[in-house]
Amino acid sequence: MGGPAPRSTRHEEGAVDRRRFLTVLVAAPTLTLALGATTASADAGSSVPQPADILDSGDALILAGTPTAHLMLVLEVTESGEVRVELPRAEVGQGITTAVAMLVAEELDLPLRKVRIGLADARPELLLNQLTGGSNSIRSLYDPVRKAAAAARARLVAAAGELWDVPAGRLVTRDGVVVSPDGRRATYGSLTTRAAKLPLSRITARPKPESEHKLVGTATSRVDARAMVTGQMRYALDLDVPGAKPVMVRRPPTINGTVRSVRNEAAVRGMPGVIDLAVVPTGVAVMGETFGQVIDAVEALEVTWNAGTVDALSDAGIRKRLRAAVPPPAVPPLTDHIEAEFDFAFVSHAPLETNCAIADVRKDRAEIWASLKSPIIAQQDVAAALGLPERRVTVHVTQGGGSFGRKLFADAAVEAARISKAMGRPVKLMWSRKDDMRHGRARPASHHKIRVTHTRGKVLTYEHRVAAVETDFRHGVGEFLTATATRLPVAGNMSFAQTVFHLTVKVPYRFGVVTESLNEVPLKMHTASWRSVWSANTRGAEEIIVDELAREMGKDPVAFRREFLKTARQRAVLDKVAKEGNWGRDMPAGCAQGVGFHDEYKSCTACLVEIDARNPSRPRVVKAVIAADVGRPINPRGLEAQLLGGLTDAISTTLRAGLHIDRGLPLEGSYSQFHYARQQDSPTNVRIFIMPANGEPGGAGELGVPAAVGAIANAYARATGTKPRSFPIDFDVDFTPFPR
Amino acid sequence: MPRYTFSVNGKTVAVEAPADLPLLWVLRDRLGVTGPKYGCGIDVCKACTSHLDGKAINPCVVPVAEAQGREVTTIEGLAEGDKLHPVQKAWLEQDVAQCGFCQPGQIMAAVALLRETKNPTDAQIDAIQNVCRCGTYFRIREAIKSAAAKM
Repeated sequence: MGGPAPRSTRHEEGAVDRRRFLTVLVAAPTLTLALGATTASADAGSSVPQPADILDSGDALILAGTPTAHLMLVLEVTESGEVRVELPRAEVGQGITTAVAMLVAEELDLPLRKVRIGLADARPELLLNQLTGGSNSIRSLYDPVRKAAAAARARLVAAAGELWDVPAGRLVTRDGVVVSPDGRRATYGSLTTRAAKLPLSRITARPKPESEHKLVGTATSRVDARAMVTGQMRYALDLDVPGAKPVMVRRPPTINGTVRSVRNEAAVRGMPGVIDLAVVPTGVAVMGETFGQVIDAVEALEVTWNAGTVDALSDAGIRKRLRAAVPPPAVPPLTDHIEAEFDFAFVSHAPLETNCAIADVRKDRAEIWASLKSPIIAQQDVAAALGLPERRVTVHVTQGGGSFGRKLFADAAVEAARISKAMGRPVKLMWSRKDDMRHGRARPASHHKIRVTHTRGKVLTYEHRVAAVETDFRHGVGEFLTATATRLPVAGNMSFAQTVFHLTVKVPYRFGVVTESLNEVPLKMHTASWRSVWSANTRGAEEIIVDELAREMGKDPVAFRREFLKTARQRAVLDKVAKEGNWGRDMPAGCAQGVGFHDEYKSCTACLVEIDARNPSRPRVVKAVIAADVGRPINPRGLEAQLLGGLTDAISTTLRAGLHIDRGLPLEGSYSQFHYARQQDSPTNVRIFIMPANGEPGGAGELGVPAAVGAIANAYARATGTKPRSFPIDFDVDFTPFPR
Repeated sequence: MPRYTFSVNGKTVAVEAPADLPLLWVLRDRLGVTGPKYGCGIDVCKACTSHLDGKAINPCVVPVAEAQGREVTTIEGLAEGDKLHPVQKAWLEQDVAQCGFCQPGQIMAAVALLRETKNPTDAQIDAIQNVCRCGTYFRIREAIKSAAAKM
């Protein structure tokens, strides 16, 4: 996987193979969902369950995908004894291909190295089952993958039984070989043709009991790591698509501005290496022999622009509108209470691989190569942009150089398709870093108002009103998710964003009457979900308030959380970090510990950090201890990686990384200005604990961020004696912005 | 157009290119050497980190003319055949890579550091500026220390 370039011919070869060799396409189990009876409500004390306690976004996505779950996985056993799966998900660094390979290897008793996971092209027949998001891949794949692999194993065993005239029940499998009681052996590769001819109805199969798992649940290294460390991994722009030439776009001085006129087209066309130039809806595209020459040509363009959509808006104005969108608290402060307001800046996803795609558009068809988390919607969007029928658009999903939510959208694929059509040849489109930060999507800014009332050691009410710039969800979950959730009596008739908010955000504490709400401010900017969507800010702010509440009630932050958390499982991860992190140890002045907790995706996590703020202008998280309970870990090593990534995201966005909006454009244009953490900002001591399996797999890709945001802010508050309210904390414009 | 002759990963290459064309684009667009990645183009993210005569450079800002007669090593040239460099092995042992996009640059930066300093301190590791947007820094640190111990 990952290595060789995906070529269009490969799929034709695959079609031939599929007639000859065993391929399995198995019905996924029907999802049963027990509405109402949750662990939270069983143990919830004075708080009634919130919507996300009953049905969370992952459940809703799985439900929405149920009608096509049986089509999702095609598993093929080759004559060389390898098992190939074309996975209808994106790999953007989260390690899903490794986890799925482990599930397949486990079920088939096959060495991991014999499993090859590729990324499937857009498969429109899957409807909603080709979306990578919501920390939902393992949750949605765990049963279907095991069932498909178990069925393949059963058929290979049956084929050996037929060959040797031995009942299948007396045969065993190990290391990719079927073995008979008298020691005869047949490799899977040698059985695949015979197995393909067996009548389907004869064979039934069940996945192994989890108690028999040998590989699943053990720390396993990434199956694609060697390709990465040797430079062999092929990302979109590393592919050699015949004739595809470098293209970049000169973009407007404000978001969504458009081209009025190009003043020096002839001069730019005459520059060295320039091949073609075209005006497209997003700017002026230039094609050249090398990206180096294209960069020069794009810089040299003189363009007169029409206004954009938010030209008059700057941070102050946006904050004003957000504050105005937050309703006043409903509960009067008749008892002891605390109140706080928080602001969070826009944040770029800033994946290291900028927006990019290859497009080859012909008169009657188009072919796209890009890292896409929602390739079916990409296919629809490209078809619409080109005026082609969807079936004439082929979308290949390439391995992605990071996403963090950005690759839910196919902005570069659609743009590349338009440019290829305009220029009449294949294009290799790359966004500059500056454009990726200024015109790429970002996490919307948000404003938060929290009021908590309490008396005599009890929390009576907890109210959190969130206003956020609108998050774009037009990547293909909308109507289905809303339709699922509105059937819940607790959710009612809400906007799509509010539905997602209520399916993801919940207070894990027994805080009496809990009210959380989201009001969106629609601004015509480029936004997208950013790892953990609203939870990083919403739950991050709540974890800060929890510390302040504990202080006001005279309680230790860990003891307070223990007292108010709803379940034993939640308390266990908190206890784990408190113990392993030596909570409460003496710290020098200017240094402090901080703790945070988060529960989402049917998983929960606690984070304890130590911060060194003795240089108050450059505080550093020097140590972190994290514990997570994900129900059933598939690959603990991959889980640790995801939690480490979430920690680094939290360090960045809490302390220094954000976007300033100035008259319709972010000021930040590179990593020297958008201060995502570097090695010098990263802790030198990190310990991560994955709790043992105790149930079904939960999600983990986004889990790590909110608890770490809380822990870092709380540590900073204690170390500096301040109450942080605006994030990132250090957010001066300490650079000269690039020209517009 | 001027012609430049230099070695890339042990093989002599000759390219005709404008003198100021950054080496990164000669490698990627002309020679098909795609290990070094574009992340910023202005020597900020360091994703393209490679070696010129054994020293770390960022080919996104090094004109091709500067490579004339010299040895360029990219991530593809670090291993000897199938035998990985100790730093690559350490990267596998620590399972460092997530999306992997910055890792060729991280590894080349680490190799250059270890050539200068056998046992780098935390402060010396902190000085590596390569951005990892997946946030793998702690595993990178552990991998550098592990490689240092074995080299």
